[in-house]
Formats: sequence, structure tokens, C-alpha cells
Amino acid sequence: MYSVNYVKAKSVKEAAEFVARNPEAKLLAGGMTLIPTLKARLARPTHLVDIASLPELRRIEAKGGKLVIGAGTNHHQVATSAAVKKAIPALAGLAGEIGDPQVRNRGTIGGSLANNDPAADYPAAALGLGATVVTAKRSIAADDFFQGLFTTALEEGEVIVRIEFPVPKRAAYSKFPHPASGYAMAGVFIAQTAGGVRVAVTGAGPGVFRWKEAEAALAKGFKPTAIEGVKLDASGLNTDIHADREYRANLVRVMAKRALAKLSGKK
Amino acid sequence: MAKVTIKVNGKNQTRTVEDRMLLVDFLRDELKLTGTHIGCDTSQCGCCTVHVDGRAVKSCSMLAAQANGASVVTIEGLAKKGKLHPIQRAYSECHGLQCGFCTPGMIMATAGLLKDKPNPTEEEIYKGLEGNLCRCTGYINIVKAVKMSAKLLRGKAR
Repeated sequence: MYSVNYVKAKSVKEAAEFVARNPEAKLLAGGMTLIPTLKARLARPTHLVDIASLPELRRIEAKGGKLVIGAGTNHHQVATSAAVKKAIPALAGLAGEIGDPQVRNRGTIGGSLANNDPAADYPAAALGLGATVVTAKRSIAADDFFQGLFTTALEEGEVIVRIEFPVPKRAAYSKFPHPASGYAMAGVFIAQTAGGVRVAVTGAGPGVFRWKEAEAALAKGFKPTAIEGVKLDASGLNTDIHADREYRANLVRVMAKRALAKLSGKK
Repeated sequence: MAKVTIKVNGKNQTRTVEDRMLLVDFLRDELKLTGTHIGCDTSQCGCCTVHVDGRAVKSCSMLAAQANGASVVTIEGLAKKGKLHPIQRAYSECHGLQCGFCTPGMIMATAGLLKDKPNPTEEEIYKGLEGNLCRCTGYINIVKAVKMSAKLLRGKAR
């Protein structure tokens, strides 16, 4: 790791101001992606601004049809929270499948969304549920937030404060984890929301995306058979040593069926 | 440089270290607590697992500065008055190791797992140790050791 200056922020405001003054500074939350990145010398920030323990980023609250999760909440806390399990059990289940126990004890929901790894789980939940990402200065709809490979609508130094998930009628997530890394080779989050059916896919493409054809098919009949034969264009999907794009397209369909099967209570 | 005070195995330790120093290096190089191992150094193998404020974490993926003010327990903190911790005893009796390099991390991960799930199923044991790699055993005896640990800690075996 290159030499770096560690700064512990006392508030979100202070962190945002510090990063604004120091354009090469990076925000540090759980560090489950950032610290390994620094160790591999893939980044060389001047400062690390630690926001992990700020109380204003740590809360879970269900009210008025919304589940609000502070950006600094770690995966273990989301997975085991009674409020999350009650409001959106699929989200608790998703958090409990991220990485491994040690990673879940450190990694945060805000960090995962800000990083927008194309195979991360949380982006599928945020997009699938139509969540709103609330930063220190504005609210960003999930549909606008994710902009492809490690890219988001966040401006430099913009701090995510919380994520607001509208509570769906029902939702389910199914992923095919890479056997070594646990990252999704394909993961599909399906939600029946007040605004219609949403199907978000992670792991398969260069960034999380909505499978609109499946949404349309499910709007007509919400059952596993509804997506038989629904078109999924494989041309934009990832091809790598683990799976080619046609294989991934098939995995997406299988994961979607499994998610739907969870909802209908059938295997 | 960062001045950090970390309570390690019950004792406050204050050092001035480089901001970039990893917690595992703090434990090994500053405190000479070399029971915590560095296996892969890429957050995959779990050999460096310690508990920070009661939760199992990989100390190679955390800065010492991030642990400032925290309470850390390492493998050296488990045995009391020369008597093995029940999990250590179970790993020994079940021969849950071969070369022993992954063992400190396995034991700390086991302690973390049993805190959340005092009586885990076999599947929960596999999932609970997902963050730890052993390149020798094939895990069979490790799983046995976790089961025995659970029994010992629940007072169901002697």
C-alpha cells in the first residue's frame, strides 16, 4: 500500500467538506473493497476519510411503507435486523449471502452501492425495489443511480447517507454465486411493487440492469412459467473465463425462475 | 503517523504507527502476537481472523487506525490460565488441522460462528467458515471440531 493519511470524520458534513477540499481523498467505510484495492496499489489516494462509525449513517427504520437503512450499516446488521426481515425479507436474505461472515461484519450497504461492482448483490436489490439513494445533498432514484461498470451518479466526494426502500408487496432474490469468490455470476431480484413488477439483474452484464421484457411478461401473469421464452439479448452480457455470454443469459433465466419459485413457495 | 490505542486481549496498547499499517501488522510486528497469521494477504483465506468489538473480521483488510478505540481478541486471548479454550481443545481432540497454519483463523471464525449460532447445523458450519481456507484437511475434521466446540460451549460434553 502506498503511504496515505488517515482521517476520522466527526460528521458527514465534515467528511464531505474534507473531500471537497482534497480531490484525491477517498471515503472509507467498511473498506472491504477499498483496502484490498489499496494493497494492490490500484489506487493512490492522499487521504482516507473514515466515515464507518458515524452514528448518523447507522440506523435501520421502517416507517410509512418505507424501509430506511443508514449507509454505514454493515451486511451482518441488515441480514439479522428484525425490521428488515419483517419489511423486506428478501433484502435480509440477500445481505446474508454477501461474501463471507468476516466481510459481512465490515462491509457496508453504502459502500457496496457507491462502488457499484457489476457482480455485487446490493445494486440488484436497490434497482429491483426502486430504492432511493439519499446523499448529503440530494435524492437519487436507483434507475438514475447505476450507470454501468463501477460508475454511479455520485459526484466526487458525495456521501451516501441512507437508502430508502419502498416496501414491496413481495420480492425475492436468487443468485448463482461464483464458487470461489461468492460474487454473482448471475443474480436476479424480482419485486412486485406499487409501481409494477421490477426485475433487476446483476453479475451478468457490465452493470446492474432491468430485464424489461421479463417485467412485461410478469405483469401479465406473475408466475415462473411467465418468463419461458421471454427474450434476453445476450450480446451485451459478460464473457470471461468463468462463463460466456450465452451461458450467463441462461443463468439469468434460471435465477429468475428460482426467485419466482421462492415467491410461489414451489421449488 | 497515527496514534492508536487498541485494547488487545484485555490490555490497552498504545502505539504511534504509520497510517497505512494494517491491523494484522500491528498485532504481529508491534505487539509480537504472531498467532494471527497472514496467509493470502488478499482477504480470501481468513488466517488473519480476529475479533474486533466482538465480531470476526479479517485483520489484513483493516487498518490499525480503523481499530483505534476498539477491543480486539486474538488467538492468544482465548486460553485462560494455561487452560485451552473449549474450541482449541476441540480442534486438538478432533485433529481439525494438519499443518496448522489456518488454525488460528479457523478457531477465531468458529468462535464468531458459535456466538451467532450456538448449535449450528452442518450446512451452517460450512457457511459460517466460508471465509476461511484450509489447504490440507478437506475440512472433515474441522467440521467435527466445530460440532464438538458447540457441545462443549453449551455444556453438553466434557
